[in-house]
Amino acid sequence: MAGDIGGSEPSLPANAGDPCCPAPAPARSSCRKMAAAAELRLLEKSLGLSKGNKYSAQGERQIPVLQTNNGPSLTGLTTIAAHLVKQANKGYLLGSTAEEKAVVQQWLEYRVTRVDGHSSKDDVHTLLKDLNSYLEDKVYLTGYNFTLADILLYYGLHRFVVDLTVQEKEKYLNVSRWFCHIQHYPGIRQHLTSVVFIKNRLYANSH
Amino acid sequence: MRLFVSEGAPGSLPVLAAAGRAQGGEELLISTVGPEECVVPFLTQPKVPVLQLDSGNYLFSTSAICRYFFLLSGWEQDDLTNQWLEWEATELQPALSAALYYLVVQGKKGEDVLSPVRRALTHIDHSLSRRSCPFLAGETESVADIVLWGALYPLLQDPAYLPEELGALHSWFQTLSSQEPCQRAAEMVLKQQGVLALRPYLQKQPHPSSFEGRAVSNEPEEEELATLSEEEIAMAVTAWEKGLGSLPPLRPQQNPVLPVAGERNVLITSALPYVNNVPHLGNIIGCVLSADVFARYSRLRQWNTLYLCGTDEYGTATETKAMEEGLTPQEICDKYHAIHASIYRWFNISFDIFGRTTTPQQTKITQDIFQRLLTRGFVFQDTVEQLRCEHCARFLADRFVEGVCPFCGYEEARGDQCDKCGKLINAIELKKPQCKVCRSCPVVKSSQHLFLDLPKLEKRLEEWLGKTLPGSEWTPNARFIIRSWLRDGLKPRCITRDLKWGTPVPLEGFEDKVFYVWFDATIGYVSITANYTDQWERWWKNPEQVNLYQFMAKDNVPFHGLVFPCSALGAEDNYTLVNHLIATEYLNYEDGKFSKSRGVGVFGDMAQDTGIPADIWRFYLLYIRPEGQDSAFSWTDMLLKNNSELLNNLGNFINRAGMFVSKFFGGCVPEMVLTSDDRRLLAHVTLELQHYHELLEKVRIREALRSILTISRNGNQYIQVNEPWKRIKGSEADRQRAGTVTGLAVNIAALLSVMLQPYMPTVSATIQAQLQLPAPACSILLKNFLCTLPAGHQIGTVSPLFQKLENDQIESLRQRFGGGQLEESLELKAKAPAGPAVVEATAAAGPQQIQVLMDEVTKQGNIVRELKAQKADKNQVAAEVAKLLDLKKQLALAEGKPLETPKGKKKK
Repeated sequence: MAGDIGGSEPSLPANAGDPCCPAPAPARSSCRKMAAAAELRLLEKSLGLSKGNKYSAQGERQIPVLQTNNGPSLTGLTTIAAHLVKQANKGYLLGSTAEEKAVVQQWLEYRVTRVDGHSSKDDVHTLLKDLNSYLEDKVYLTGYNFTLADILLYYGLHRFVVDLTVQEKEKYLNVSRWFCHIQHYPGIRQHLTSVVFIKNRLYANSH
Repeated sequence: MRLFVSEGAPGSLPVLAAAGRAQGGEELLISTVGPEECVVPFLTQPKVPVLQLDSGNYLFSTSAICRYFFLLSGWEQDDLTNQWLEWEATELQPALSAALYYLVVQGKKGEDVLSPVRRALTHIDHSLSRRSCPFLAGETESVADIVLWGALYPLLQDPAYLPEELGALHSWFQTLSSQEPCQRAAEMVLKQQGVLALRPYLQKQPHPSSFEGRAVSNEPEEEELATLSEEEIAMAVTAWEKGLGSLPPLRPQQNPVLPVAGERNVLITSALPYVNNVPHLGNIIGCVLSADVFARYSRLRQWNTLYLCGTDEYGTATETKAMEEGLTPQEICDKYHAIHASIYRWFNISFDIFGRTTTPQQTKITQDIFQRLLTRGFVFQDTVEQLRCEHCARFLADRFVEGVCPFCGYEEARGDQCDKCGKLINAIELKKPQCKVCRSCPVVKSSQHLFLDLPKLEKRLEEWLGKTLPGSEWTPNARFIIRSWLRDGLKPRCITRDLKWGTPVPLEGFEDKVFYVWFDATIGYVSITANYTDQWERWWKNPEQVNLYQFMAKDNVPFHGLVFPCSALGAEDNYTLVNHLIATEYLNYEDGKFSKSRGVGVFGDMAQDTGIPADIWRFYLLYIRPEGQDSAFSWTDMLLKNNSELLNNLGNFINRAGMFVSKFFGGCVPEMVLTSDDRRLLAHVTLELQHYHELLEKVRIREALRSILTISRNGNQYIQVNEPWKRIKGSEADRQRAGTVTGLAVNIAALLSVMLQPYMPTVSATIQAQLQLPAPACSILLKNFLCTLPAGHQIGTVSPLFQKLENDQIESLRQRFGGGQLEESLELKAKAPAGPAVVEATAAAGPQQIQVLMDEVTKQGNIVRELKAQKADKNQVAAEVAKLLDLKKQLALAEGKPLETPKGKKKK
């Protein structure tokens, strides 16, 4: 029956909020995309922000919306993430020079359009191949400075990287090195599975 | 720095504009590469434009490049710009590349191109108009404006793809397009070839298939919350606190309703439905239901409102129908008037009067207007070449003739208008004309007729339009139709017909003729009012005090916007003329046409048999109201909208708000101690309420419904974020918070019940009964959100408002009423049972047998005519007519012609 707060209406969206049985925690299966709100909470914590921001999701792609206390609401994962960084007074995570700032935003866009928008396994491999080639001479996405782009790309790629075989990890060696580095960065990984990378190369011919 | 571009790559537009607008002294080299050249070493797919920086780094994202140029010029990034750029990349680009691909590569046009991007365009328009800022991120132009402008320019530079109703988008786009850096970028990329300049590039791109599933046109536009000033918040809070005390006293109910000097007097008419047919859903949303929403809204505003409608009963269509059913025209009218009235009653249409045109008042007023026109020289006589059926021995009125349309070749064009191309036809222009009664070919003979001299009245009409149109709510389609008629120049219009069933012409030599329905049907509004009150002239001859709103589908615009105003202006009798002409577009049925004349679609009387309540029908029809563009009724969409918008959004919110009051506070509205969050919410709801008022004042009914759903969505979010069901179990402070949230939520529910009243009157009343909303608050809607359920108010029993619609239920309805290839399946159904019989009959019937049948038809036809001439007993005539029809059917079978069932032949 419609809107019965006590009932368990199967068609109610997860966020419709039945007070008697609150919405289940977002699934953390490795193959599914993390809910944006969950990801933003991870980010909040890694930035050392106290809880208190409220998120909702909009539309069929479940785009996150942040209802701020002193201004209009903000929509979109990277928009909210950049806002949180400033809220935490860690503006340096958005880059210091004009070039760095543009590069950070470019990879944030890449995250929401390419990483989240992938449709097939081939796409994922193209993506990893490109990234691997890009990271060949870089420690972080901007080169030498850790930024928000590293954090969100790490969160976004996590579900793909956990499923990689040892051989694939070796094939995307630069991605693996970067990924391993970020997951050990203090406060970033939190409850996410730690992905194991083998230090010695096993497949000498594959790369 | 080096910029790589490619011929026709759309991304070059914003990049070049941003470079021109913001890039400082650094030198920029521009190189043109082929569309398939890989510039960026680490990317597998080719990508342009690309900016290679002096550090060796590459920027391969269009908006990152633009951003970089702006950053170089000293601009600081901000949330709002980030939000627009993220939206551009994730929402606009997929939609836009699909639209451009359809347009440039596949050569599609019109709605095919526009539909993928319409939602995005509306989003931009709403954001601009909501913030009432000239630019996306505020008072000054930012990188967001440049990136979005550049993305949209190839499409929007063609005015056909810049919807007229999106005013804010329009002016934003024009402002940017007129700037020098933008103009230069446009010239460099499009090279004055328009969008086709993108062809060499887009052809090489993959088909944008990933977009497919997303193009849903009926989806609600997700509104972002606007920025609020402290003042706005303070004002909203003050208004809220005044509560019930600020409601004015209720106007006493009047009978009859008459205009009052100094008040706003609103006269509302809905196009008079033809009596000879059962209205379908398209007719219902096109006029009566739309007008009803406005009338109910007008009453909620305490405007002095009279809403009238009635059946249009005169004319050939009725005579034809009478012949089909073997009844007299009067009997047909009585029968169908009752059917119409009961359908509208079921749909809860709040007419003050539902009258009819076959009354003495109609004759009196029509003849009076006619006499005044005649004495003032606006009517003249002329000889008309007209079709006469020698066989039936009479001149054939337009609707008694059918033939091939001279314009489009449609085979079943009527004598006055072609159903297919919609053009008006002079019956003698029809190719292969046929008498509808006996199917013989009529001949051209001359006959005397009266003409309304429209060219003589044209100047007065233009003057009147010049005064009326500016600032009025005439819909764009109505303005367009009138403009195109005036551009072609008005021609004299024949206002008499060779018929019996009509208003008699009070002139010697015209005893056998009646007024043409197009002259006297619009006078029906006046005569219906005259039957309601003898003081009708206070409404109809009172243009200073009365505001006249007329609702109709767009095909009725010429008669309301031209013919009647001309008659009334020529009569020089101070008639009230239409101030706001509200015309809808057409509603289609599933994939096919929703056509009255073919008897296809869901009809008013069947809607009640579906088991779906009238309010749900009202909601869905209003949700898809063809406002600004054609729309389509779809069973699946109806299920979706019921289950998502009504059940999960609106019903869920209102029910939860009420349930919290009953469950946690014993049915008694708790104390509310507003925090700054709550005040902000109050102001947001107030803003949305004001938006609702603005829209309904402009009669944008479909859009105003979205405001209701937006408030309820915000309400759901508010409950979700504040979790009163958890706090109620917490500390004293938590419990107080739960109380405030519950109290505010249930007051929003009360507000929604009033806002919903024009759309879903029964549901509205149910909510108000559940909440025990005080009487004045139920009937008045102010522009501010008031606390109408103060602390201590006792609410009633709360129960769910909506039922879920199930797939199998909707599927069986779809099958019952047809859908998809509806017309085909109807035709198959019509033929299937008779199929084999037709074949046999055709095989068996030789020319002799056909001749025998034809003779019998002729003989029987004469019998009927004789009886009618002798004015014989009705029943006797009816019996003979039935025999005649049966013979004709046999003849048709023998000739192997498709059966002409009365249903299939229903005409407007």
